[in-house]
Amino acid sequence: MNVCPTEAIRVRNGKAILYENRCVDCGECFKACPVSAIFIDQDDFKRIQAYKYRIALVPAVFFGQFPEEIEQNQIYTAILANGFTHIYEVEIGVDLLAEEVKRYAKSHPEKKPLISSFCPAIIRLVQVKFPALTENIILLKPPLDITALYCRKELTDQGINPAEIGVFYITPCAAKIAAIKSPVGEDYSMITGVINMDTLYNKVYKYIRNDRSTHPAVIPKKHLSKTAWQWALTHGEALHFPGRSLAIDEIHNVIEFLEKIENGEIGDIDFLELRACDESCAGGVLLSANRFLVAERLRSYTPLAKEEISAGNSIQAYTDYLLRRISIQPINPRSMMKLDENMEVAMRKMDKSSRMLQCLPLTDCGACGSPNCQAFANDIALGEADIRQCIFIQKNREQTGELTPDESLEILKSIWGNDKFFSNSK
Amino acid sequence: MQFEYNIEAGNFTKAGDASSSVKKILKQLNVDPQIIKRIVVSLYEGEVNIVAHANGGKIICDIDTSRVHIQLIDVGPGIPDIEKAMQAGFSTASAKVREMGFGAGMGLQNIKNNADELIIKSEVGVK
Repeated sequence: MNVCPTEAIRVRNGKAILYENRCVDCGECFKACPVSAIFIDQDDFKRIQAYKYRIALVPAVFFGQFPEEIEQNQIYTAILANGFTHIYEVEIGVDLLAEEVKRYAKSHPEKKPLISSFCPAIIRLVQVKFPALTENIILLKPPLDITALYCRKELTDQGINPAEIGVFYITPCAAKIAAIKSPVGEDYSMITGVINMDTLYNKVYKYIRNDRSTHPAVIPKKHLSKTAWQWALTHGEALHFPGRSLAIDEIHNVIEFLEKIENGEIGDIDFLELRACDESCAGGVLLSANRFLVAERLRSYTPLAKEEISAGNSIQAYTDYLLRRISIQPINPRSMMKLDENMEVAMRKMDKSSRMLQCLPLTDCGACGSPNCQAFANDIALGEADIRQCIFIQKNREQTGELTPDESLEILKSIWGNDKFFSNSK
Repeated sequence: MQFEYNIEAGNFTKAGDASSSVKKILKQLNVDPQIIKRIVVSLYEGEVNIVAHANGGKIICDIDTSRVHIQLIDVGPGIPDIEKAMQAGFSTASAKVREMGFGAGMGLQNIKNNADELIIKSEVGVK
């Protein structure tokens, strides 16, 4: 409850509940939960079999998870052996995007600093917490969407019926899933389904460990540039942006910085690469390997010569096709902070909230089921909590006789569930 | 609704705290994001001016549904010629300070551009 950067979690009836309009899908709660009570909904792996052509869109960080001894062709082979018919690296669209971002920056000099559209958790964070900055987001598709568009087009051009193509994204995080299920700035998603990266990692690793070599080894196409391999890492984008750019990872760091940007405290920055996870996608919640090792492995890949890349790379034939479709719709603010639509009502609620806060102990203990006293005061003003949920208020009222110990207990049970109290009384 | 903030002279680490607090309140009151931006940019400029040039002061922010009225009150050297101070590019900063990138003479301009109305009063030599 306390780790949520947008205060979206409350405890009721012994369970964590989520205010969906505040959640940005950053995955912090998933990382923090000691009993793995939070799981990330994915598509059933069997679902890929509903399609004749089964595309795995695999991000570079997937490859970075495996120990050095495992060669890339073993990983490719194992992915195909697990049921996919085609593999496309997500970052294949990066070189094209990197050039387009430069053009975009030139034609939008007034919107400084430009904010990358790469991380979907950051887009949502800006929408709910920094609504005035939504217009700074670069309205270009992230690499995933470009690559999805490209692989569909390439296969249909080979005469394949589009209805027989299933495009499955191997996701490193929850935010990407939400971006696919309910896209922001896109009318619909080009992606059929999502497979959590840990699911495929386990299948692939198991296959490699028990390699029975029934499949011929697949030689991967050599087509990712160094820029592309490292795009999803911290500084992956910022390094290639002309002008003054900053790369900030980890959601609390991002919030701290955007507060200052919003105040106008920090000027003359041209570009912000913002990522919700520490070490960017290498720190995605669904990765199995240590994030620092993943980042180090990707950085140490020897870059290919330019000729080698273009020889193995057919995306260039589709440059015009993709560039015509690279824009996304403007991103609208979705402020979560408002107490009410109507300003007059909001002022009354704020007034109530500040009066409530004066009665509260300011210990931020969380026993009331809200993350801190300020959030609890707001919850009361919004009619979503009762001041008697505060254990300090309860003690006071028990003293004055306004509340019986039995009543206090019932209130606490309604927040934390019966079990918590049963086990203690035994 | 009224909110009051004391501003400490010379403490640049805290310059911006009052602006951030006002920003949060305005967001909770569902004020249009673009209006919040204008208010906060001009308020921050003023807040830093108190920290940098005065011997401390306070900010009183009065909000109702039709307007936001902010008073920045400080005790300091005062402004001898307000009209001159309001000119774009006018600055009291020394050449040395300008070399460091400060004192472009756009501060009051920036406040004026973002506010609907700006009233400045100053008395020199009071303290």
